[in-house]
Amino acid sequence: MRNAYIKAVYDMAGIDRNVLALVADNGAIVFDDFRRDYPEQFINFGISEANMVSAAAGLASCGKIPFAYTIAGFITMRSYEQVRNDVCLQRQNVKLVGVGAGMRYSSLGPTHHATEDIAIMRVLPGMNIIVPASPREAYAATRYAAEIDGPVYIRLEATKEPEFYPEGYEFQLGKGIVLREGSDITFIAAGSIVHDVLKVAGMLAEKGIGARVINMPSIKPIDKENIVQAARETGIIVTVEEHSIIGGLGSAVGEVLLEHGCGHTVFRSLGVEDHFCKGYGTHAYMKANNGLAMERIMAIAIALSILDR
Amino acid sequence: MNHDIEYMKNLARQMRRDIFRMAYKAGGGHIAPAFSIVEILTAVYMSGVLRHDPQRPDDPRRDRFILSKGHASAALYAVLAQAGYLERDQLDSFCQEGSILGGHPNMLEIPGVEASTGALGHGLGFATGIALAGKLDREDYQVYVVIGDGECQEGSIWEAALFASSQNLSNLTVILDYNKLQAMDTLDNIIRMEPFAEKWKGFGWEVREVDGHDIAALLEALEPNESQAPRIIIAHTIKGKGVSFMEGVPIWHFRLPDDEELKIVLRDLEMDMQELVGS
Repeated sequence: MRNAYIKAVYDMAGIDRNVLALVADNGAIVFDDFRRDYPEQFINFGISEANMVSAAAGLASCGKIPFAYTIAGFITMRSYEQVRNDVCLQRQNVKLVGVGAGMRYSSLGPTHHATEDIAIMRVLPGMNIIVPASPREAYAATRYAAEIDGPVYIRLEATKEPEFYPEGYEFQLGKGIVLREGSDITFIAAGSIVHDVLKVAGMLAEKGIGARVINMPSIKPIDKENIVQAARETGIIVTVEEHSIIGGLGSAVGEVLLEHGCGHTVFRSLGVEDHFCKGYGTHAYMKANNGLAMERIMAIAIALSILDR
Repeated sequence: MNHDIEYMKNLARQMRRDIFRMAYKAGGGHIAPAFSIVEILTAVYMSGVLRHDPQRPDDPRRDRFILSKGHASAALYAVLAQAGYLERDQLDSFCQEGSILGGHPNMLEIPGVEASTGALGHGLGFATGIALAGKLDREDYQVYVVIGDGECQEGSIWEAALFASSQNLSNLTVILDYNKLQAMDTLDNIIRMEPFAEKWKGFGWEVREVDGHDIAALLEALEPNESQAPRIIIAHTIKGKGVSFMEGVPIWHFRLPDDEELKIVLRDLEMDMQELVGS
């Protein structure tokens, strides 16, 4: 996703000199092409994320389209008041890009994880939130973000995420994508964990349970229609995200269900419980160690399906 | 540039009366922090230093002024009225129901306001972005920012200061309202900022020091910046300047006078009760 993002900004920079790549001293090597070909459009703010966001707002007030990129926890948390006051309150056209979201920087520990970022961005007035699940989605979403006049938070993970979209995939804000049909239960997920959910859905099929899988890259605005339809047709909704169960995708989906007469839906939000992520190891280990093992997702889905019968 | 200093002094006197009337009618306001910057705003807005056109507040080539210490909004509104962005009558709506003029300025609603400040430590970083955009676009507009001395206790000021000098933002001028007081006490008794000038020099800035109530001295310091570096004008000011009992007294950071004190205010500001309460 990271390389797809950088490629998208690179492609746009060649077309529009107002597109700027801002970094807070991260991205050695991967930004080399950009730095070489568009040196004036690349600005390294050093290790000062808050100032990067304030300055991005100032640049946007002059017609620039700044993409401010750094580790997800830093861009959203270290700079939070700058995001709120300088970007959102002043409705500035700033794109915030967080890399290494969730537990992707597994062994670096909780200081380098971001499992609360969606919650705190979601509450900011006017903020759009995009959580791509694959490199092509990251590319398309980045291109799309430049077309929106207003703040966007793009939540990236890292590299080598698998792909499930064809070349030329077009992202649409506010739209969920049904990746797999099913009528017994619906998974709604965002980020690379969508791939895990697709595997779980395949295993459930072997047990005779038809699981619908909706990829929901647009967390805000969210695809209410898709959610309501899935609730009515399958009766069970399980959200899956590499984020706290408080305030993220699960909360957003839950709000839609309650506000649209779907309060009877069997609903479960899976993510990181009310704790910082535990352990060190691979990304897969970290997910498993923090409540997001595929086996657990599957067991919960089976239990809910049995209960619903 | 030829300046009519006496004329500008008169404008400054009128601004203090406007500021006090706004706060008095609103039943509260940051009077002393606003009085501190009256001559600074007069020098920037009313002398031709700031190249702007109230008829075209969105002109991309305009000079920008940002009041980073947004709690002194009454002073900004008063000068915006003098400069032609606001109607004089509008000032009386300060902090009243239905008004666009709040206790901190709102750039989306008030013509001529460049930044919605209030939380301290934001205006300078925002201004560095505007200055950088000017450099990238090879525009020659200037960016002026007034920051508070207490505000410099925010780390974000120093992040922005480092960035501005690293980027050679010579189109950026900061005017530091150095009144030596913050909300609860003197800076010296809370967080010492001295040696202030050396700090800014050490951060790579061109530094000037002036009497912040001397309009002629301010104008001289505001002559075009010949240096490659961003510059700061350290303006030595008196918080509450213009009202004898407020000058240099911390409690007047946010406070209205009682009936006895009011008489002194009216005398000091050379205004009568009619001007204060009339509409």
